[in-house]
Amino acid sequence: MPQQFIETQYFTFAQAPNELVLKSGIKLGPVTLAYETYGLLNADKSNAILIFHALTGDAHAAGWHKESKTAGWWDPMIGPGKAFDTDKYFIICANVLGGCKGSTGPSSINPVTGNPYGLSFPVITIEDMVVSQKYLIDHLGIKKLLAVSGGSMGGLMALEWSVRFPDSIQSAILIATNYKHTAQQIALHEVARQAIMSDPNWNKGDYYGKELPAQGMAVSRMIGHITYMSERSMEEKFGRKLQDKEKVGYDFSQDFEVESYLRYRGASFVQRFDANSYLYLSKALDYFDLSEGTDLVGAFKGIQTKFLIITFTSDWLYPSYQSKDIVRAMKSNDLDVSFIEIDTSYGHDSFLVEIEGQSKLVSHFLNNVVRK
Amino acid sequence: MRSDHKYILQMIDPNSHVLDLGCGDGELLSMLMKQKNCRAAGIEIDEKEIYKCVERGVSVSHGDIDSGLADYSDKRFDYVILNESLQEVMNPDKVIAEALRVGKKVIVGIPNFCNLNARLQIFFLGRVPVTEGLPYKWYNTPNLRFLSIKDFRDFCLDRSITIEKECALNAKGEIIFAHNLFSDIAIFLISKASVK
Repeated sequence: MPQQFIETQYFTFAQAPNELVLKSGIKLGPVTLAYETYGLLNADKSNAILIFHALTGDAHAAGWHKESKTAGWWDPMIGPGKAFDTDKYFIICANVLGGCKGSTGPSSINPVTGNPYGLSFPVITIEDMVVSQKYLIDHLGIKKLLAVSGGSMGGLMALEWSVRFPDSIQSAILIATNYKHTAQQIALHEVARQAIMSDPNWNKGDYYGKELPAQGMAVSRMIGHITYMSERSMEEKFGRKLQDKEKVGYDFSQDFEVESYLRYRGASFVQRFDANSYLYLSKALDYFDLSEGTDLVGAFKGIQTKFLIITFTSDWLYPSYQSKDIVRAMKSNDLDVSFIEIDTSYGHDSFLVEIEGQSKLVSHFLNNVVRK
Repeated sequence: MRSDHKYILQMIDPNSHVLDLGCGDGELLSMLMKQKNCRAAGIEIDEKEIYKCVERGVSVSHGDIDSGLADYSDKRFDYVILNESLQEVMNPDKVIAEALRVGKKVIVGIPNFCNLNARLQIFFLGRVPVTEGLPYKWYNTPNLRFLSIKDFRDFCLDRSITIEKECALNAKGEIIFAHNLFSDIAIFLISKASVK
């Protein structure tokens, strides 16, 4: 079958007076979610899987857009014959609320003022992102998802979905994730936020149509990239190799390849992401705590979902022990959970690049969910 | 079917809730699910085996048995299986005690270090024995503990653990007479009245 181009679709809801009530109590509406689908929804709508993207991801999880030169962010995992097999399953991925890739976020136009929201956009939470996507699933007429899945922030969303809407899913696959941000995770985000907010061009979030806070964005992205790799993967990829020179320069120009890589990543980030969205989404991650007001064991009471939890040995941003806490709490509730820690050097990025092991696990796990 | 699996299968009542410590590729648990309609979960330390468990549809946790079973409340399982894994743990005493805490009954399968073959190898060859049940050399064995059927009986007696069944096997099948002398492996069904 010839490759078909993927088109992003849009769903708008929460029109006044039925705005979305956020966790903070603030009302937001209308809300638009950009989403993509891959594969075909079957007649009884029982083969749908909802994928959640990570912090700077988007709805374009797989396949190719007509105009773009890159495949979706999880293309090696989603497609015909792949782990999330589009010959069997109907895959949905939406840009999160607060994002900047087509869904309503701080860079969207506030219908009241006619200007971008900027910092007048309400603070959103992981819970709000999940609730907004439930509207999308209802809109698509899907009563029960075969699975929800995601890595990193996407894993937090899948976890939140599984406790908030347990009857709407059969299974959940959580990858390289956590149930609450630790002090170190919050601290790393805060450095990234301060980098953006200390850029004069950020201008308290009011930079639309003006000079972008490019330097702040670049620094925040550099920090991000360091946390997504491991010491070993950086050593293997860069070592002390020099960039375009034979000897170090004894000046503050670019010497090492790793410097050049981070600068390139930093510089390209400002082109593809909105600084305010980064602030809002990173804050949403920091606010998340599934054990808030209860304990983790209590959070999973009464759930029947089948879980697969995957971590990576070299992931120091979301270390395995945090997922093991989730597994432990699930076992205390007698939940059907499988857990694996994949041995790899790719760090937190493993969920995007360590395809072979994940593919086997996900495809077999889903086969068994269907069989049940 | 592996003969040890056959005898373990016979020991387990249908519709039971079973935990297998060191479940390997999940073959035994998969049979328990299919043939005896059991609810099954496993713990396994080898990453490669986890993939096979997931493929079979066996729920498995990647981890080591020594780090404990604190996740589970008392008498949660009808059976806890420790087949060919007890001799590889750091702290067998603690593992057995934990297995008996979370399981109403525990099935323990051990290689018999003191069968006739092993005894002859030590006596006549003067070397550490290599047998059906213990097929490794001293330098590549995963086993940390070497015990016989009698050693395990003593262990249970000292701890007021009841041996409900004892099944001794060699390559030909079940041994009826002189278990400790003729068997390669033995499978015990044990239990302990909970201490209040």
